[in-house]
Amino acid sequence: MKKAILSGNEAIARGFIEAGGKVAAAYPGTPSTEVLEILSKEKGIHAEWSTNEKVAMEVAIGGSLAGVRSMACMKHVGVNVAADPLMTVTYTGVNAGLVLMVADDPGMFSSQNEQDTRHYSRMAKIPCVEPADSGEAKEFLRQAFELSEAFDTPVILRTTTRVSHCKSVVETADPVIVKDRDLARDVPKYVMLPGNAKKRHLIVEERLIKLREFADTTLLNQEIKGTGELGFIANGVAYQYVREAFPDAPVLKLGMTYPLPEKKIRAFAASVRKLAIVEELDGFIEEQVKAMGLVVHFGKAAFPPCGELTSRLIRDAVTGTPLTCKAPVPGLIMRPPTFCPGCSHRGLYTILAKLKPYVSGDIGCYTLGALPPFGSMNTCICMGASISAAHGISRGLAIKGGEHQKPVAVIGDSTFMHSGITGLIDMVYNGGDALVVVMNNDTTGMTGGQEHPGTGRRAGGAEAPKLSIEKLCKVIGARAVREIDAYNLKDLEKIIKEELATPGPSVLVSNQPCVLRYRVSSKPYTVDRATCVGCKACLKAGCIALSFVPEGKKGYAAVDALLCNGCGICAQLCATKSLVVAK
Amino acid sequence: MANELIFFPRYNVNVLNILIAGVGGQGVLLTSKIIAEAALLAGLDVKQSEVHGMAQRGGSVLSQVRIGQKVFSPIVAEGEADLLVGFEPLETARYLHFLRDTGMVIYNTRTIGTIGVSIGKEAYPADINETIRKHAAKVHAFDATELAVGVGEKRAVNLVLVGAMLKSLPIDEKIVDQAIVNSVPKKLLEINKKAFLAGKAQSRS
Repeated sequence: MKKAILSGNEAIARGFIEAGGKVAAAYPGTPSTEVLEILSKEKGIHAEWSTNEKVAMEVAIGGSLAGVRSMACMKHVGVNVAADPLMTVTYTGVNAGLVLMVADDPGMFSSQNEQDTRHYSRMAKIPCVEPADSGEAKEFLRQAFELSEAFDTPVILRTTTRVSHCKSVVETADPVIVKDRDLARDVPKYVMLPGNAKKRHLIVEERLIKLREFADTTLLNQEIKGTGELGFIANGVAYQYVREAFPDAPVLKLGMTYPLPEKKIRAFAASVRKLAIVEELDGFIEEQVKAMGLVVHFGKAAFPPCGELTSRLIRDAVTGTPLTCKAPVPGLIMRPPTFCPGCSHRGLYTILAKLKPYVSGDIGCYTLGALPPFGSMNTCICMGASISAAHGISRGLAIKGGEHQKPVAVIGDSTFMHSGITGLIDMVYNGGDALVVVMNNDTTGMTGGQEHPGTGRRAGGAEAPKLSIEKLCKVIGARAVREIDAYNLKDLEKIIKEELATPGPSVLVSNQPCVLRYRVSSKPYTVDRATCVGCKACLKAGCIALSFVPEGKKGYAAVDALLCNGCGICAQLCATKSLVVAK
Repeated sequence: MANELIFFPRYNVNVLNILIAGVGGQGVLLTSKIIAEAALLAGLDVKQSEVHGMAQRGGSVLSQVRIGQKVFSPIVAEGEADLLVGFEPLETARYLHFLRDTGMVIYNTRTIGTIGVSIGKEAYPADINETIRKHAAKVHAFDATELAVGVGEKRAVNLVLVGAMLKSLPIDEKIVDQAIVNSVPKKLLEINKKAFLAGKAQSRS
């Protein structure tokens, strides 16, 4: 046994290794990404970046059918994509253990919503286990596999940002030897024709009854004895906040939040005078406890369903007397996220901000194009929506009549692979009229730089067939498919203008590698003070390496040489050629 | 409480709360990783919290490290930070209200503009250093970027700041040294050690 400090995600990867897991599949998504990144470096495990979460879930199901312990990993919104296989694999059950690891993002540090994954466990009628720190994350994953095999069910292991991305001390152990199972061949169990599925649904309901009994006996759910009239039921990181705020109070810690341990909850409620249920996001436990006919004194009315909880918030809500604390320093300007200096997305948004077409956006670093100074995005919903929504917009506008207006869809290369391709096929097939810009930076950027079918490498770095986005779009049948250097403003503007004026579905692939992933760095630029007229045209590049120094009536632009990556976008905006490469 | 043993008598706390603030891309996470690793090597319980993804793209980044005999929450509550380490003045000021009255600030005086500043819509607060001095009991300010550039790696500000924290940590230098070896890629170890030593020369008890 060895002690290490691991993040929840690192601990889950370690848990997978120790539990004898063999197939892992994921699509990158904060805060879940690191699990597969780590597993991709392990020998004896097939760990892959799948093209999307549905595919990842199905690959993991296949691994289980093959007879090896398998896991799919994704962020909360990924489960929406994977929901189709999930809702039926619950009927078939598993062969070898099957776990769906999902990371929720309360507070939306890097997400478009804060949906609560626990609802999926209830909908699929499968267990949901929730670790409260890294040590539990490792241990609970092992138990999730055992639970999966014992009850013939997929199991959800749910974390949140503060479990996945917080580090704590973990004791690692040697991997257990798990006997692989035979390849599953059992038509009534695994082929979900209606006749078979009707029988399996009955089994799902019976399984749920057994799981309820298990919930009451498992050590995943534990009571921490304490003093005082108020008792807490808490799960995940909320448990840590409760212990921090009320170290002496009795707590029923739920490590399995679906199905709930009804007997344990009733006994606990009877042992305290007042009951508080502390959970982040929805009142998932609270609603079920209330349905048991129990009185909850502090629930969602006290602890909000939006954002993260904190120990302070819990303490203040329960005591009713908020601790006074200092106010933030007033008058500080904000620092929103922004494109990196040298980012290949900057040029495109500089042009879109100038031409002002209707822009349908997508999920990735390039969603930041919605922010100042570009303000060049009108809608952004979910992965892959840019193209299909742009198509819908073009059809809606056409039906309304009036002047021809061709919308633009902007989508990254990895997102295009994830779910943009089907949208493009749909648009071409259904006579759409939008310009699709695939911003190809040769990586999955926002999540820290992962491989995908277009990079020519697999998870872990092994060489793979490289899918050409340009060729694919041609085969799909777009009216025009053009490629461009993302740093070339003049050509970008010319081609976008041409394509917006010509009806029919067209694709522009703009290429430049991600400067962060590939550490691209050219010589920095500098400002020639003798010729700079202080017109601020360069500032439209929206780059933090640039600034304006007021002097007299006007002033001049300046470049921070330590930040500048030498992409030259700002120089192309300068009419007086005052931005030059530093000597 | 009076009879109980206080775990960190120098700070009069049982759990030492450290905040590390900066701009996405500055390497804040490596600094907190080294501190957490050092705490582990010292046999202490430790929790560290950070955020990835969108927040890292040039935005404000906060990492939190809590060290003690037993640590529950990975998050530092407002008004309970003992030490605030800032990679950039504006980001240091942003978290000053998390400090205890007795809390200490160690920060890099080199400013990084925001996007609002870069597009000429906002001005970087000119009096930021005075603001920080006004809002904290103990302040140690120096240009860590200059020291990093001095040792030949502009990105090593994070190790300069680890060095500058040394005398404020309840952990032996030898252990911090080992934590650096454990946390930094081998080929970058030498330059990072240089940056650490440059920062250590700034460290005050």
